[in-house]
Amino acid sequence: MAEAQLNTYSLNFGPQHPAAHGVLRLVVELSGETIERADPHIGLLHRGTEKLIENKTYAQALPYFDRLDYCAPMAEEHVFALATEKLLGIDVPRRAQFIRVLYAEISRLLSHILNVTSAALDLGAMTPLLWLFEEREILMEFYERVCGARMHANYFRPGGVVYDMPAGLAEDIGKWVDRFPSMLDDMETLLTENRIFKQRTVDIGIVSREQALDHGFAGPVLRASGVPWDLRKAQPYDVYGEMDFDIPIGKHGDCYDRYLVRVEEMRQSLRIIRQCLDKMPEGPVRVQDRKIMAPPRAEMKKSMEGLIHHFKLFSEGFHVPAGETYCAVEAPKGEFAVYLIADGTNKPYRCKIRSPGYVHLSAMDMLTRGHMLADIPAVIGSIDIVFGEIDR
Amino acid sequence: MAFLDRIASAFLLSEIRSGMALTLRYMFKPKVTINYPFEKGPLSPRFRGEHVLRRYANGEERCIACKLCEAICPAQAITIEAAPRADGSRRTTRYDLDLTKCIFCGLCQEACPVDAIVEGPNFEYATETREEMMYDKAHLLANGDRWETEIAMRLEIEAPYR
Repeated sequence: MAEAQLNTYSLNFGPQHPAAHGVLRLVVELSGETIERADPHIGLLHRGTEKLIENKTYAQALPYFDRLDYCAPMAEEHVFALATEKLLGIDVPRRAQFIRVLYAEISRLLSHILNVTSAALDLGAMTPLLWLFEEREILMEFYERVCGARMHANYFRPGGVVYDMPAGLAEDIGKWVDRFPSMLDDMETLLTENRIFKQRTVDIGIVSREQALDHGFAGPVLRASGVPWDLRKAQPYDVYGEMDFDIPIGKHGDCYDRYLVRVEEMRQSLRIIRQCLDKMPEGPVRVQDRKIMAPPRAEMKKSMEGLIHHFKLFSEGFHVPAGETYCAVEAPKGEFAVYLIADGTNKPYRCKIRSPGYVHLSAMDMLTRGHMLADIPAVIGSIDIVFGEIDR
Repeated sequence: MAFLDRIASAFLLSEIRSGMALTLRYMFKPKVTINYPFEKGPLSPRFRGEHVLRRYANGEERCIACKLCEAICPAQAITIEAAPRADGSRRTTRYDLDLTKCIFCGLCQEACPVDAIVEGPNFEYATETREEMMYDKAHLLANGDRWETEIAMRLEIEAPYR
């Protein structure tokens, strides 16, 4: 029998690989240890969110957004609330806008802490994860104090936020903001200059400026390639226009630059949180239009009008005038958006969700071709994959 | 000079040494872990845990079968059937809550006009089978009796915000 020459062989990376960040199944074609082709297979976490939302009222659809990118739940709620408000044509009270920006930035910290430390864990550095997850726990406590859940918040609503912040919470967040930079410094002492970390990340998965734009990248992955594009600056929503912060950009577009950009973004987020706490005005946190947001309980108990509004809103929900909108926010992972079509009823006609992770994952072949098999965890960690939003 | 510095730090493992020194310092810091079943982390009054059905102080159940919670529930976890009772008042004959479907969004307790269904502070309700997660009215009312003191306190603290 003739001897067969085997040039390449294919290998399944995932879906149960601990470094695959969820249920990623990556079929890699290998020549020795060099990657010839990488083919991501998705759909293992598909829950049909978009179709599900067509059968839910606007209030009921909101909790499903928490479950898309479950590392930064409130950033996702933000985009749906903004899109609905745009279609309704309402303005949100200023205090609610400040609370939203505050919690959107806390979400960014949650997501970046998880990503940076778990990417380091994939490369063999376990300590940063253990240190910073303690801080992440404190952030989740802030979530829990304001909305009652550590992750699936259901806090931002079309027309404001559901409850005001409890007394004492702002002070506690302020104390934490003062303390956290030293933790970031400690983490950077372990990672930023470390030769092992640098050997694993520098010049791995390089994306040029043109490639990043061609693939439709957004967020830290795009900024690491040197494009200063941030929706918080480019088209400010809520009170981001009044905030003073910088956009960090990278030079080389490799895994190391993406790490550096995320760390600097965390520091900028702290600046925004500090400004939110300092500038936050007093006042209502929900629109006073009773056709959109239910009246407070005291009013519902006393006034017949309030009771009728309460029953109407919690059974039928509010009707949104016919129209369509594309609304995007700068989520921690990039441009997260919904394309919402309303047909005048109480349910969205169509809700298309644009998730940044999907775009980044689709470039896996471009990112890993020619690298070694062991570089795959570094690349996956650096493009911040969360399967909740990719499969939707 | 910068070149020499770089060579020197590369050979002296300076960044690894500073990292090691830092981890050593952390070894002497107080522990952050807690001994879970005996010690527990703090919970806010807004925490959304296991559901309960509450009663009034005189023992009368609060729920009036308005079905708002059933209507708002995004996961359709609540099933209610209602009929007039012997004394003529309308009450639920069936109040089923499928905790395996529930997504703990808190919309049922926001919708309830009489504070009957409340998501309480209990998060330790794990069971061995799925069937035990299908709560019926008796189970929910028993939960309410068990947690009433704490829930009444939480609702009082939260009253200005709701």
